[in-house]
Amino acid sequence: MLLEVQDLSVNYGVIQAVKGVSFNVNAGEIVTLIGANGAGKSTILHTISGLIRPKSGKIMYDGTEIQKEKSQKIVASGISQVPEGRHIFPGLTVLENLQMGAYLRKDREQTKKDYQTVFERFPVLAERKNQDAATLSGGEQQMLAMGRALMAAPKLILLDEPSMGLAPIFINEIFDIIQAIQKNGTTVLLIEQNAAKALAIADRGYVLSVGKIVLSGTGKALLANKDVQKAYLGG
Amino acid sequence: MQILQQLINGLSLGSIYALLALGYTMVYGIIKLINFAHGDVYMLGAFWGYFMINKFHMSFWPALITAMIFCAIAGVIIEFLAYRPLRDSPRIVVLITAIGVSFLLENGMSYLFSSSPRDFPQVMDVQRYHLGSVSISNIQILILLTSIILMILLQLIVKRTRMGKAMRAVSVDPEAAQLIGINVDHTISFTFALGSALAGAAGVMIGLYYNSIDPLMGMTPGIKAFVAAVLGGIGLIPGAALGGFVIGIIETVVQALGFSAFRDAAVYAILIIILIVRPAGILGKTTREKV
Repeated sequence: MLLEVQDLSVNYGVIQAVKGVSFNVNAGEIVTLIGANGAGKSTILHTISGLIRPKSGKIMYDGTEIQKEKSQKIVASGISQVPEGRHIFPGLTVLENLQMGAYLRKDREQTKKDYQTVFERFPVLAERKNQDAATLSGGEQQMLAMGRALMAAPKLILLDEPSMGLAPIFINEIFDIIQAIQKNGTTVLLIEQNAAKALAIADRGYVLSVGKIVLSGTGKALLANKDVQKAYLGG
Repeated sequence: MQILQQLINGLSLGSIYALLALGYTMVYGIIKLINFAHGDVYMLGAFWGYFMINKFHMSFWPALITAMIFCAIAGVIIEFLAYRPLRDSPRIVVLITAIGVSFLLENGMSYLFSSSPRDFPQVMDVQRYHLGSVSISNIQILILLTSIILMILLQLIVKRTRMGKAMRAVSVDPEAAQLIGINVDHTISFTFALGSALAGAAGVMIGLYYNSIDPLMGMTPGIKAFVAAVLGGIGLIPGAALGGFVIGIIETVVQALGFSAFRDAAVYAILIIILIVRPAGILGKTTREKV
């Protein structure tokens, strides 16, 4: 198991946003957490990345506990996150944004190759290499945020609402890219409000409701589940 | 020719303001704090230079460089002790703390070294060069050149180095910076070190220029440099440099026109006008980037 979250509880201010959540992600999988706004999905990702400390519970990554580690160490150990709302660095060029993604890396040769890989995957970033990242469109910014996270050469990538606010044409592209990332050997933990698309590409999924996991199963099984259809798929 | 003369005087004074304004603007950029103790770090730099030259018979350059190192350390300590514990507090709390740190430094130095002004040792003989009716001193040239070199160095650090890029990343989005593995605390310390080193350099140079230092010498230039930073666009490094030169020139011109008593008032009047007409400053963008 690459990532194992055990009985995790997290407070967000005075609210208990995550209440005893357990789930796991195996190496090579795409696992998705779905659920309505405020279900605690983003809080879980922030806790994994070390931005928030949990109230209780454990996060095991590659066999070691990481819930008390600093975010730098977590990134260095191979977990990168593409935050909700993209959070690219405006005022820095596209290339500089990608360089920031490789901030902690010391393997220069491999890093150089990875720029090429990212540019091949996202040709639009190569075209706009020297442009201020703030001038990119929403979809392009999402690609930059993903490229930046990939530049850290992660074993596990955490994607927080990658399709949010994007034009339909970009949404399909983003989901194609997520599958390509998996094929390349990176494990994916995906949070999505677009549950239908997320479950369609996921190996397994968990349904969160008000801070708790209420259902889990393979992507296919959850897609076919009546309750899931009713609550999250508009069926 | 009179105008040209004032321009030269204004530029050398302005470069001191510019160096100070850079510290204000970098710290504001990264933690959104107007560091009111910044002018006092400049005072510390002047005192360091004073003691190094007087007691250890250092020449100008070693005094300047050690003052920069001393102030960099002082800035990092101030941030660590006074501001870091308040990282998650409302901004007004940190602002009031900064004013407190400023009082502490001013009164602490007055207590330790008395509040009376001291003559800054003249490490070099003043020479004046005349070009027609315009005259410029070697000290003015030194101040101007040193400031410009320091500004170019700063620009290179911020634009080219890994730490400089981390500074820019943290100042636009601290959370995203953390998510790619930047140590935000280290980056903030580094920013304080850079800004304070520039203030230290400014302190030594102003000592040489005005010949006189005292524990309260940082108050007025500190506030004027803050005005300069706002004038250029707070948070913007080129803005601070530009603002500093503009304030220096305005001040000398007002003085030359015979309104010496109003030179400080003129600077503050500019602050008020800027805040009304163009709150984002000369180089500031009023529009936000796409979200």
